[in-house]
Amino acid sequence: MDVAFIIETIVKIVVILLIFSALAGLGTYFERKVLAFMQRRLGPMHVGPFGLLQIAADGIKLFTKEDIIPQNVVKPIFKIAPVITAATAFMASAAIPFWPQFTAFGYTVHPIVADINVGILYVLGVMAIGLYGPLLGGMASANKWSLISAARSAAIFISYEVITGLSLLAPLMMVGSLSLIDINNYQAGGIENWIVWSQPVAFILFWIAAFAETGRTPFHLVANDHEIIDGFGTEYSGMRWGLFFIGEYANMFFISFVIAIIFLGGFGDGTLAGAIQLILKVAFFFFFFLWTRAAWPDIRPDQLMWLCWKVLMPIAVINVVVTGIVMMF
Amino acid sequence: MHHEEVFTNRNVTESSAYYYVDIESYPTTGWDKFKQVVRRTFSGELFIGLWVVMREMIKFDIHTVQYPKEKLPLGPRYRAVHKLLRLWESGYERCIGCGLCEKICISDCIRMDTRIDENSRKEVTEYSINLGRCIFCGYCAEVCPELAIVHGPRYENASEQRAHFVIKDDMLTPLDLLKAGAQEEYPGFGAIIPGSDDAVKKTPLAY
Repeated sequence: MDVAFIIETIVKIVVILLIFSALAGLGTYFERKVLAFMQRRLGPMHVGPFGLLQIAADGIKLFTKEDIIPQNVVKPIFKIAPVITAATAFMASAAIPFWPQFTAFGYTVHPIVADINVGILYVLGVMAIGLYGPLLGGMASANKWSLISAARSAAIFISYEVITGLSLLAPLMMVGSLSLIDINNYQAGGIENWIVWSQPVAFILFWIAAFAETGRTPFHLVANDHEIIDGFGTEYSGMRWGLFFIGEYANMFFISFVIAIIFLGGFGDGTLAGAIQLILKVAFFFFFFLWTRAAWPDIRPDQLMWLCWKVLMPIAVINVVVTGIVMMF
Repeated sequence: MHHEEVFTNRNVTESSAYYYVDIESYPTTGWDKFKQVVRRTFSGELFIGLWVVMREMIKFDIHTVQYPKEKLPLGPRYRAVHKLLRLWESGYERCIGCGLCEKICISDCIRMDTRIDENSRKEVTEYSINLGRCIFCGYCAEVCPELAIVHGPRYENASEQRAHFVIKDDMLTPLDLLKAGAQEEYPGFGAIIPGSDDAVKKTPLAY
Protein backbone atom coordinates (compact mmCIF):
# COMPACT_ATOMS: atom_id res chain seq x y z
CA MET A 1 0.00 0.00 0.00
CA ASP A 2 1.71 3.14 -1.12
CA VAL A 3 1.95 6.36 0.83
CA ALA A 4 -0.01 8.39 -1.74
CA PHE A 5 -3.05 6.16 -1.28
CA ILE A 6 -2.93 6.47 2.50
CA ILE A 7 -2.61 10.25 2.34
CA GLU A 8 -5.42 10.48 -0.20
CA THR A 9 -7.71 8.35 1.97
CA ILE A 10 -6.96 10.38 5.08
CA VAL A 11 -7.68 13.60 3.18
CA LYS A 12 -10.98 12.16 1.96
CA ILE A 13 -11.95 11.11 5.47
CA VAL A 14 -11.16 14.54 6.88
CA VAL A 15 -13.07 16.27 4.09
CA ILE A 16 -16.14 14.07 4.59
CA LEU A 17 -15.99 14.54 8.36
CA LEU A 18 -15.74 18.31 8.05
CA ILE A 19 -18.38 18.68 5.35
CA PHE A 20 -20.95 16.48 7.01
CA SER A 21 -20.37 17.84 10.51
CA ALA A 22 -20.99 21.29 9.07
CA LEU A 23 -23.97 20.00 7.09
CA ALA A 24 -25.42 18.52 10.27
CA GLY A 25 -25.34 22.00 11.79
CA LEU A 26 -26.76 23.52 8.64
CA GLY A 27 -29.38 20.78 8.63
CA THR A 28 -30.63 21.90 12.03
CA TYR A 29 -30.87 25.45 10.69
CA PHE A 30 -32.86 24.33 7.65
CA GLU A 31 -35.04 22.14 9.82
CA ARG A 32 -35.92 25.05 12.08
CA LYS A 33 -36.56 27.34 9.14
CA VAL A 34 -38.65 24.88 7.13
CA LEU A 35 -40.70 23.83 10.14
CA ALA A 36 -41.20 27.48 11.04
CA PHE A 37 -42.35 28.46 7.56
CA MET A 38 -44.74 25.53 7.43
CA GLN A 39 -46.19 26.66 10.76
CA ARG A 40 -46.39 30.32 9.68
CA ARG A 41 -43.50 31.33 11.90
CA LEU A 42 -40.17 32.92 11.05
CA GLY A 43 -37.76 30.62 12.84
CA PRO A 44 -34.34 31.88 13.94
CA MET A 45 -33.98 35.52 12.90
CA HIS A 46 -31.77 37.39 15.34
CA VAL A 47 -28.27 35.90 15.13
CA GLY A 48 -26.72 36.98 11.85
CA PRO A 49 -28.56 37.56 8.57
CA PHE A 50 -31.78 35.51 8.57
CA GLY A 51 -30.52 33.79 11.70
CA LEU A 52 -27.76 31.99 9.79
CA LEU A 53 -25.23 32.40 12.58
CA GLN A 54 -27.57 30.55 14.92
CA ILE A 55 -25.54 27.47 13.98
CA ALA A 56 -22.39 29.11 15.32
CA ALA A 57 -24.19 30.18 18.47
CA ASP A 58 -25.46 26.65 18.99
CA GLY A 59 -22.00 25.25 18.37
CA ILE A 60 -20.40 27.60 20.90
CA LYS A 61 -23.08 26.72 23.39
CA LEU A 62 -22.65 22.97 22.90
CA PHE A 63 -18.87 23.11 23.12
CA THR A 64 -18.69 25.29 26.20
CA LYS A 65 -21.53 23.72 28.14
CA GLU A 66 -20.66 21.71 31.21
CA ASP A 67 -20.41 18.00 30.52
CA ILE A 68 -22.59 16.61 33.28
CA ILE A 69 -22.18 12.96 34.23
CA PRO A 70 -25.09 12.20 36.56
CA GLN A 71 -24.51 10.31 39.78
CA ASN A 72 -25.95 6.86 39.19
CA VAL A 73 -25.05 6.32 35.56
CA VAL A 74 -22.73 3.57 34.36
CA LYS A 75 -19.95 5.99 33.60
CA PRO A 76 -17.83 4.35 30.87
CA ILE A 77 -20.88 3.26 28.87
CA PHE A 78 -22.62 6.57 29.39
CA LYS A 79 -19.56 8.37 28.08
CA ILE A 80 -18.97 6.15 25.05
CA ALA A 81 -22.57 5.92 23.79
CA PRO A 82 -22.75 9.25 21.90
CA VAL A 83 -19.43 8.48 20.27
CA ILE A 84 -20.89 5.22 18.93
CA THR A 85 -23.79 7.07 17.31
CA ALA A 86 -21.64 9.71 15.66
CA ALA A 87 -18.84 7.31 14.71
CA THR A 88 -21.07 4.69 13.11
CA ALA A 89 -22.92 7.38 11.18
CA PHE A 90 -19.64 8.59 9.68
CA MET A 91 -18.21 5.09 9.26
CA ALA A 92 -21.24 4.21 7.15
CA SER A 93 -20.32 7.03 4.77
CA ALA A 94 -17.07 5.27 3.80
CA ALA A 95 -18.73 3.20 1.08
CA ILE A 96 -20.98 5.94 -0.30
CA PRO A 97 -19.88 7.68 -3.52
CA PHE A 98 -20.70 11.32 -2.92
CA TRP A 99 -19.64 12.59 -6.33
CA PRO A 100 -18.62 10.98 -9.62
CA GLN A 101 -14.90 10.58 -10.10
CA PHE A 102 -13.21 13.67 -11.49
CA THR A 103 -9.74 14.78 -12.51
CA ALA A 104 -8.10 17.63 -10.67
CA PHE A 105 -4.55 18.77 -11.57
CA GLY A 106 -4.00 15.61 -13.60
CA TYR A 107 -4.91 13.42 -10.66
CA THR A 108 -8.03 11.25 -10.79
CA VAL A 109 -10.03 11.52 -7.57
CA HIS A 110 -12.57 8.92 -6.53
CA PRO A 111 -14.83 10.71 -4.02
CA ILE A 112 -15.47 7.52 -2.09
CA VAL A 113 -13.33 6.48 0.84
CA ALA A 114 -13.43 2.76 0.08
CA ASP A 115 -15.05 1.25 -3.01
CA ILE A 116 -15.56 -2.14 -1.43
CA ASN A 117 -17.49 -4.78 -3.31
CA VAL A 118 -20.01 -5.22 -0.47
CA GLY A 119 -20.70 -1.49 -0.26
CA ILE A 120 -24.40 -1.40 0.57
CA LEU A 121 -24.08 -4.33 2.96
CA TYR A 122 -21.34 -2.47 4.80
CA VAL A 123 -23.40 0.74 4.93
CA LEU A 124 -26.47 -1.01 6.31
CA GLY A 125 -24.38 -3.08 8.73
CA VAL A 126 -22.57 -0.10 10.21
CA MET A 127 -25.80 1.90 10.40
CA ALA A 128 -27.26 -1.05 12.29
CA ILE A 129 -24.41 -0.85 14.80
CA GLY A 130 -25.55 2.74 15.36
CA LEU A 131 -28.34 1.16 17.38
CA TYR A 132 -25.87 0.76 20.24
CA GLY A 133 -25.68 4.52 20.75
CA PRO A 134 -29.29 5.01 21.87
CA LEU A 135 -29.45 1.55 23.40
CA LEU A 136 -26.36 1.80 25.61
CA GLY A 137 -26.82 5.50 26.31
CA GLY A 138 -30.42 4.92 27.36
CA MET A 139 -29.66 1.89 29.51
CA ALA A 140 -26.69 3.51 31.23
CA SER A 141 -28.50 6.76 32.00
CA ALA A 142 -30.24 5.63 35.22
CA ASN A 143 -33.39 7.33 33.97
CA LYS A 144 -36.69 5.64 33.29
CA TRP A 145 -37.46 7.66 30.19
CA SER A 146 -34.05 6.87 28.78
CA LEU A 147 -34.62 3.20 29.52
CA ILE A 148 -37.96 3.21 27.69
CA SER A 149 -36.27 4.95 24.79
CA ALA A 150 -33.49 2.37 24.76
CA ALA A 151 -36.02 -0.46 24.64
CA ARG A 152 -37.95 1.24 21.86
CA SER A 153 -34.83 1.95 19.82
CA ALA A 154 -33.74 -1.68 20.06
CA ALA A 155 -37.17 -2.88 18.96
CA ILE A 156 -37.49 -0.40 16.11
CA PHE A 157 -34.00 -0.57 14.68
CA ILE A 158 -33.82 -4.35 14.72
CA SER A 159 -37.31 -4.71 13.23
CA TYR A 160 -36.69 -2.26 10.45
CA GLU A 161 -33.34 -3.83 9.62
CA VAL A 162 -35.54 -6.61 8.21
CA ILE A 163 -37.39 -4.16 5.98
CA THR A 164 -34.28 -2.42 4.70
CA GLY A 165 -32.60 -5.74 3.98
CA LEU A 166 -35.58 -7.41 2.28
CA SER A 167 -36.58 -4.34 0.28
CA LEU A 168 -33.03 -3.90 -1.02
CA LEU A 169 -32.77 -7.56 -1.94
CA ALA A 170 -34.94 -7.17 -5.04
CA PRO A 171 -32.96 -4.32 -6.67
CA LEU A 172 -29.72 -6.04 -5.72
CA MET A 173 -30.90 -9.20 -7.49
CA MET A 174 -31.39 -7.12 -10.63
CA VAL A 175 -28.03 -5.35 -10.39
CA GLY A 176 -26.05 -8.36 -9.26
CA SER A 177 -23.60 -6.34 -7.18
CA LEU A 178 -23.49 -4.85 -3.70
CA SER A 179 -21.15 -2.00 -4.64
CA LEU A 180 -22.93 1.34 -4.70
CA ILE A 181 -20.85 2.38 -7.71
CA ASP A 182 -22.01 -0.70 -9.65
CA ILE A 183 -25.60 0.06 -8.65
CA ASN A 184 -25.12 3.61 -9.87
CA ASN A 185 -23.58 2.53 -13.15
CA TYR A 186 -26.44 0.09 -13.71
CA GLN A 187 -28.73 3.13 -13.96
CA ALA A 188 -26.29 5.33 -15.90
CA GLY A 189 -28.37 5.18 -19.08
CA GLY A 190 -30.76 7.91 -18.02
CA ILE A 191 -33.98 8.52 -16.22
CA GLU A 192 -35.74 5.50 -17.78
CA ASN A 193 -33.09 3.18 -16.32
CA TRP A 194 -33.71 4.20 -12.74
CA ILE A 195 -34.46 1.28 -10.48
CA VAL A 196 -37.42 3.13 -8.99
CA TRP A 197 -39.42 2.37 -12.17
CA SER A 198 -38.80 -1.37 -12.00
CA GLN A 199 -38.85 -1.60 -8.18
CA PRO A 200 -41.36 1.01 -6.95
CA VAL A 201 -42.48 -1.17 -4.05
CA ALA A 202 -38.92 -1.67 -2.83
CA PHE A 203 -38.36 2.08 -3.14
CA ILE A 204 -41.37 2.93 -0.95
CA LEU A 205 -40.49 0.25 1.59
CA PHE A 206 -36.87 1.37 1.86
CA TRP A 207 -37.98 4.97 2.16
CA ILE A 208 -40.37 4.12 4.99
CA ALA A 209 -37.68 2.08 6.70
CA ALA A 210 -35.27 5.00 6.35
CA PHE A 211 -37.55 7.04 8.61
CA ALA A 212 -37.39 4.30 11.23
CA GLU A 213 -33.62 3.87 10.88
CA THR A 214 -32.98 7.57 11.37
CA GLY A 215 -35.74 7.93 13.96
CA ARG A 216 -37.49 10.77 12.15
CA THR A 217 -40.96 11.98 12.78
CA PRO A 218 -43.61 9.50 11.88
CA PHE A 219 -41.39 7.00 13.69
CA HIS A 220 -39.80 9.41 16.15
CA LEU A 221 -40.79 7.48 19.24
CA VAL A 222 -37.18 6.79 20.19
CA ALA A 223 -36.98 10.34 21.56
CA ASN A 224 -40.56 11.48 21.53
CA ASP A 225 -40.56 14.71 23.48
CA HIS A 226 -44.07 14.59 24.81
CA GLU A 227 -43.85 11.04 26.11
CA ILE A 228 -40.28 10.35 27.15
CA ILE A 229 -38.65 13.80 27.24
CA ASP A 230 -35.61 13.41 24.97
CA GLY A 231 -35.44 9.65 25.35
CA PHE A 232 -31.86 8.42 25.47
CA GLY A 233 -30.59 12.01 25.34
CA THR A 234 -32.38 13.16 28.49
CA GLU A 235 -29.39 12.91 30.81
CA TYR A 236 -26.86 14.16 28.29
CA SER A 237 -25.58 17.70 28.05
CA GLY A 238 -23.03 19.65 26.11
CA MET A 239 -21.06 18.04 23.34
CA ARG A 240 -22.04 14.49 24.25
CA TRP A 241 -25.62 15.38 23.43
CA GLY A 242 -24.27 17.24 20.39
CA LEU A 243 -22.65 14.02 19.17
CA PHE A 244 -26.02 12.28 19.24
CA PHE A 245 -27.38 15.19 17.29
CA ILE A 246 -24.61 15.20 14.69
CA GLY A 247 -25.00 11.45 14.34
CA GLU A 248 -28.73 11.76 13.69
CA TYR A 249 -28.38 14.46 11.07
CA ALA A 250 -25.38 12.86 9.40
CA ASN A 251 -27.42 9.65 9.23
CA MET A 252 -30.25 11.56 7.55
CA PHE A 253 -27.86 12.84 4.90
CA PHE A 254 -26.22 9.47 4.33
CA ILE A 255 -29.50 7.56 4.08
CA SER A 256 -30.68 10.23 1.61
CA PHE A 257 -27.56 9.54 -0.46
CA VAL A 258 -28.22 5.81 -0.30
CA ILE A 259 -31.85 6.16 -1.46
CA ALA A 260 -30.84 8.52 -4.25
CA ILE A 261 -28.03 6.27 -5.45
CA ILE A 262 -29.89 2.95 -5.28
CA PHE A 263 -33.30 3.97 -6.59
CA LEU A 264 -33.02 7.33 -8.33
CA GLY A 265 -30.02 6.86 -10.54
CA GLY A 266 -27.36 8.41 -8.29
CA PHE A 267 -25.01 10.62 -10.27
CA GLY A 268 -25.98 8.99 -13.54
CA ASP A 269 -23.28 8.94 -16.16
CA GLY A 270 -20.80 10.82 -14.00
CA THR A 271 -20.92 14.20 -15.69
CA LEU A 272 -21.19 17.42 -13.69
CA ALA A 273 -24.90 17.61 -14.49
CA GLY A 274 -25.38 14.14 -13.06
CA ALA A 275 -23.48 15.06 -9.93
CA ILE A 276 -25.61 18.15 -9.38
CA GLN A 277 -28.70 16.02 -9.94
CA LEU A 278 -27.49 13.72 -7.16
CA ILE A 279 -27.16 16.67 -4.81
CA LEU A 280 -30.66 17.84 -5.72
CA LYS A 281 -32.09 14.37 -5.11
CA VAL A 282 -30.38 14.19 -1.73
CA ALA A 283 -31.66 17.67 -0.92
CA PHE A 284 -35.18 16.53 -1.76
CA PHE A 285 -34.99 13.50 0.48
CA PHE A 286 -33.56 15.58 3.30
CA PHE A 287 -36.31 18.13 2.79
CA PHE A 288 -38.86 15.35 2.89
CA PHE A 289 -37.59 14.36 6.34
CA LEU A 290 -38.38 17.91 7.51
CA TRP A 291 -41.62 18.08 5.55
CA THR A 292 -43.09 15.00 7.18
CA ARG A 293 -42.04 16.29 10.57
CA ALA A 294 -44.20 19.35 10.01
CA ALA A 295 -47.16 17.43 8.60
CA TRP A 296 -47.50 14.01 10.13
CA PRO A 297 -48.25 12.78 13.64
CA ASP A 298 -46.13 10.23 15.45
CA ILE A 299 -47.45 6.71 15.71
CA ARG A 300 -47.43 4.43 18.71
CA PRO A 301 -44.74 1.78 19.20
CA ASP A 302 -47.24 -1.06 18.80
CA GLN A 303 -48.51 0.48 15.56
CA LEU A 304 -44.93 0.72 14.36
CA MET A 305 -44.31 -2.95 15.12
CA TRP A 306 -47.62 -3.84 13.46
CA LEU A 307 -46.62 -1.88 10.39
CA CYS A 308 -43.23 -3.55 10.27
CA TRP A 309 -44.13 -7.19 10.80
CA LYS A 310 -47.65 -7.45 9.46
CA VAL A 311 -47.55 -5.07 6.50
CA LEU A 312 -44.11 -4.11 5.29
CA MET A 313 -42.31 -7.41 5.78
CA PRO A 314 -44.88 -9.54 3.88
CA ILE A 315 -44.92 -6.98 1.07
CA ALA A 316 -41.12 -7.02 0.95
CA VAL A 317 -41.03 -10.82 0.79
CA ILE A 318 -43.68 -10.89 -1.95
CA ASN A 319 -41.70 -8.24 -3.83
CA VAL A 320 -38.56 -10.37 -3.67
CA VAL A 321 -40.42 -13.48 -4.85
CA VAL A 322 -42.14 -11.66 -7.71
CA THR A 323 -38.84 -10.09 -8.78
CA GLY A 324 -37.23 -13.51 -8.78
CA ILE A 325 -40.01 -15.04 -10.86
CA VAL A 326 -39.86 -12.18 -13.37
CA MET A 327 -36.08 -12.47 -13.63
CA MET A 328 -36.30 -16.24 -14.23
CA PHE A 329 -38.68 -15.99 -17.16
CA MET B 1 -44.48 47.40 11.20
CA HIS B 2 -48.10 47.62 12.17
CA HIS B 3 -49.79 44.31 11.97
CA GLU B 4 -53.45 43.79 12.64
CA GLU B 5 -55.34 40.71 11.78
CA VAL B 6 -58.96 40.79 10.73
CA PHE B 7 -60.76 37.88 12.28
CA THR B 8 -63.88 36.36 10.89
CA ASN B 9 -66.83 36.15 13.19
CA ARG B 10 -66.34 33.04 15.24
CA ASN B 11 -69.40 33.42 17.41
CA VAL B 12 -71.63 30.40 17.49
CA THR B 13 -74.89 31.48 15.96
CA GLU B 14 -77.83 29.66 14.52
CA SER B 15 -76.57 30.29 11.04
CA SER B 16 -73.19 28.64 11.55
CA ALA B 17 -72.96 25.29 9.88
CA TYR B 18 -72.30 22.89 12.74
CA TYR B 19 -73.01 19.27 12.06
CA TYR B 20 -72.36 15.92 13.67
CA VAL B 21 -69.37 14.00 12.37
CA ASP B 22 -70.39 10.69 10.90
CA ILE B 23 -68.39 8.10 12.82
CA GLU B 24 -68.74 4.62 11.44
CA SER B 25 -68.67 1.69 13.80
CA TYR B 26 -65.39 -0.09 14.38
CA PRO B 27 -64.75 -3.15 12.25
CA THR B 28 -64.97 -6.43 14.13
CA THR B 29 -64.14 -9.17 11.66
CA GLY B 30 -60.68 -9.63 10.27
CA TRP B 31 -61.80 -9.00 6.72
CA ASP B 32 -63.43 -5.70 7.71
CA LYS B 33 -60.28 -4.62 9.53
CA PHE B 34 -58.25 -5.47 6.47
CA LYS B 35 -60.58 -3.47 4.26
CA GLN B 36 -60.32 -0.51 6.63
CA VAL B 37 -56.51 -0.63 6.53
CA VAL B 38 -56.51 -0.78 2.73
CA ARG B 39 -59.01 2.06 2.46
CA ARG B 40 -57.04 4.26 4.85
CA THR B 41 -53.75 3.43 3.17
CA PHE B 42 -54.90 4.51 -0.26
CA SER B 43 -57.14 7.41 0.78
CA GLY B 44 -54.17 9.76 0.48
CA GLU B 45 -54.81 11.57 3.74
CA LEU B 46 -51.09 11.70 4.48
CA PHE B 47 -50.59 13.63 1.27
CA ILE B 48 -53.35 16.07 2.18
CA GLY B 49 -51.37 16.78 5.34
CA LEU B 50 -48.21 17.26 3.32
CA TRP B 51 -50.03 19.60 0.96
CA VAL B 52 -51.45 21.71 3.79
CA VAL B 53 -48.07 22.51 5.30
CA MET B 54 -46.51 23.02 1.87
CA ARG B 55 -49.31 25.41 0.92
CA GLU B 56 -48.65 27.46 4.07
CA MET B 57 -44.95 27.54 3.25
CA ILE B 58 -45.61 28.75 -0.29
CA LYS B 59 -48.18 31.35 0.81
CA PHE B 60 -45.58 32.58 3.30
CA ASP B 61 -48.22 34.30 5.40
CA ILE B 62 -46.00 34.67 8.45
CA HIS B 63 -47.75 35.51 11.68
CA THR B 64 -44.71 36.06 13.84
CA VAL B 65 -44.51 39.38 15.67
CA GLN B 66 -40.82 40.13 16.08
CA TYR B 67 -41.42 41.44 19.53
CA PRO B 68 -38.72 43.92 20.45
CA LYS B 69 -38.96 45.45 16.96
CA GLU B 70 -42.69 45.13 16.45
CA LYS B 71 -45.38 45.38 19.07
CA LEU B 72 -48.97 44.38 18.97
CA PRO B 73 -51.48 47.21 19.38
CA LEU B 74 -52.94 47.37 22.87
CA GLY B 75 -56.63 47.63 23.45
CA PRO B 76 -57.80 50.85 25.11
CA ARG B 77 -58.95 48.89 28.12
CA TYR B 78 -55.56 47.25 28.64
CA ARG B 79 -54.58 47.19 32.29
CA ALA B 80 -50.86 47.50 32.88
CA VAL B 81 -48.84 49.38 35.51
CA HIS B 82 -50.76 52.25 37.11
CA LYS B 83 -50.29 55.97 36.54
CA LEU B 84 -51.30 58.96 38.62
CA LEU B 85 -52.50 61.92 36.55
CA ARG B 86 -52.44 65.68 37.15
CA LEU B 87 -55.03 68.33 36.50
CA TRP B 88 -54.43 69.97 33.15
CA GLU B 89 -54.94 73.60 34.15
CA SER B 90 -53.28 73.89 37.53
CA GLY B 91 -50.86 71.03 37.54
CA TYR B 92 -52.15 69.85 40.93
CA GLU B 93 -52.46 66.20 41.56
CA ARG B 94 -55.88 64.92 40.74
CA CYS B 95 -55.86 62.56 43.67
CA ILE B 96 -57.95 63.98 46.48
CA GLY B 97 -56.92 61.33 48.95
CA CYS B 98 -60.39 59.90 49.35
CA GLY B 99 -59.00 56.41 49.87
CA LEU B 100 -61.61 54.65 47.75
CA CYS B 101 -58.95 52.77 45.79
CA GLU B 102 -57.30 51.64 49.01
CA LYS B 103 -60.66 50.45 50.25
CA ILE B 104 -61.78 48.62 47.12
CA CYS B 105 -58.47 46.94 46.34
CA ILE B 106 -59.24 43.24 46.68
CA SER B 107 -55.63 42.23 47.12
CA ASP B 108 -54.96 45.00 49.61
CA CYS B 109 -51.93 46.28 47.80
CA ILE B 110 -52.60 50.04 47.76
CA ARG B 111 -51.34 52.11 50.68
CA MET B 112 -51.68 55.87 51.02
CA ASP B 113 -50.92 58.52 53.62
CA THR B 114 -52.64 61.89 53.63
CA ARG B 115 -52.43 65.09 55.61
CA ILE B 116 -54.16 68.45 55.63
CA ASP B 117 -51.78 71.00 54.14
CA GLU B 118 -51.44 74.74 54.81
CA ASN B 119 -54.34 75.59 52.49
CA SER B 120 -56.62 73.18 54.32
CA ARG B 121 -56.46 70.98 51.30
CA LYS B 122 -56.00 67.25 51.62
CA GLU B 123 -52.61 66.26 50.30
CA VAL B 124 -51.45 62.77 49.46
CA THR B 125 -47.99 62.35 50.97
CA GLU B 126 -47.38 58.72 50.20
CA TYR B 127 -49.00 56.50 47.62
CA SER B 128 -47.69 53.07 46.74
CA ILE B 129 -48.91 49.92 45.08
CA ASN B 130 -47.34 46.58 45.92
CA LEU B 131 -47.04 45.07 42.45
CA GLY B 132 -46.13 41.74 43.94
CA ARG B 133 -49.73 41.48 45.08
CA CYS B 134 -51.59 43.58 42.54
CA ILE B 135 -53.71 41.43 40.27
CA PHE B 136 -54.43 44.28 37.83
CA CYS B 137 -58.18 43.92 38.25
CA GLY B 138 -58.76 47.61 37.52
CA TYR B 139 -61.09 48.26 40.44
CA CYS B 140 -58.95 51.16 41.66
CA ALA B 141 -59.16 52.89 38.30
CA GLU B 142 -62.86 52.18 38.05
CA VAL B 143 -63.70 53.49 41.51
CA CYS B 144 -61.57 56.63 41.33
CA PRO B 145 -63.96 59.60 41.18
CA GLU B 146 -61.31 61.96 39.81
CA LEU B 147 -59.74 59.79 37.05
CA ALA B 148 -56.55 60.21 39.06
CA ILE B 149 -55.33 56.61 39.20
CA VAL B 150 -55.51 54.88 35.85
CA HIS B 151 -53.96 51.85 34.22
CA GLY B 152 -51.35 52.85 31.69
CA PRO B 153 -50.18 50.84 28.67
CA ARG B 154 -46.67 50.28 30.08
CA TYR B 155 -46.26 46.50 30.21
CA GLU B 156 -42.52 46.27 29.79
CA ASN B 157 -40.95 46.54 33.20
CA ALA B 158 -37.50 45.57 34.34
CA SER B 159 -36.04 46.45 37.66
CA GLU B 160 -34.19 44.99 40.57
CA GLN B 161 -37.25 45.37 42.75
CA ARG B 162 -40.90 45.40 41.90
CA ALA B 163 -41.42 48.27 44.30
CA HIS B 164 -39.50 50.53 41.98
CA PHE B 165 -42.35 50.77 39.50
CA VAL B 166 -44.98 51.98 41.87
CA ILE B 167 -43.65 54.58 44.19
CA LYS B 168 -45.63 57.76 43.85
CA ASP B 169 -42.98 59.74 42.00
CA ASP B 170 -42.82 57.12 39.26
CA MET B 171 -46.55 56.96 38.73
CA LEU B 172 -47.23 60.67 38.88
CA THR B 173 -47.02 62.61 35.62
CA PRO B 174 -43.91 64.84 35.87
CA LEU B 175 -44.68 68.56 35.74
CA ASP B 176 -42.52 69.22 32.69
CA LEU B 177 -44.32 66.53 30.74
CA LEU B 178 -47.63 68.04 31.75
CA LYS B 179 -46.53 71.48 30.60
CA ALA B 180 -45.48 70.00 27.28
CA GLY B 181 -48.97 68.60 26.94
CA ALA B 182 -47.67 65.06 26.95
CA GLN B 183 -49.97 63.69 29.62
CA GLU B 184 -52.27 61.30 27.87
CA GLU B 185 -55.85 61.34 28.96
CA TYR B 186 -56.83 57.82 29.62
CA PRO B 187 -59.61 56.48 27.41
CA GLY B 188 -59.68 53.08 28.99
CA PHE B 189 -60.68 51.29 32.11
CA GLY B 190 -62.70 53.43 34.46
CA ALA B 191 -62.64 56.48 32.20
CA ILE B 192 -65.77 58.28 31.17
CA ILE B 193 -67.21 56.87 27.98
CA PRO B 194 -67.10 59.43 25.14
CA GLY B 195 -70.46 61.15 24.77
CA SER B 196 -71.56 60.14 28.24
CA ASP B 197 -72.66 63.71 28.91
CA ASP B 198 -75.46 63.24 26.39
CA ALA B 199 -76.60 60.14 28.18
CA VAL B 200 -77.15 61.98 31.47
CA LYS B 201 -80.83 62.57 32.13
CA LYS B 202 -82.28 64.94 34.61
CA THR B 203 -83.48 63.24 37.71
CA PRO B 204 -87.25 63.37 37.47
CA LEU B 205 -88.66 65.33 40.36
CA ALA B 206 -92.28 64.48 39.81
CA TYR B 207 -92.46 61.32 41.85
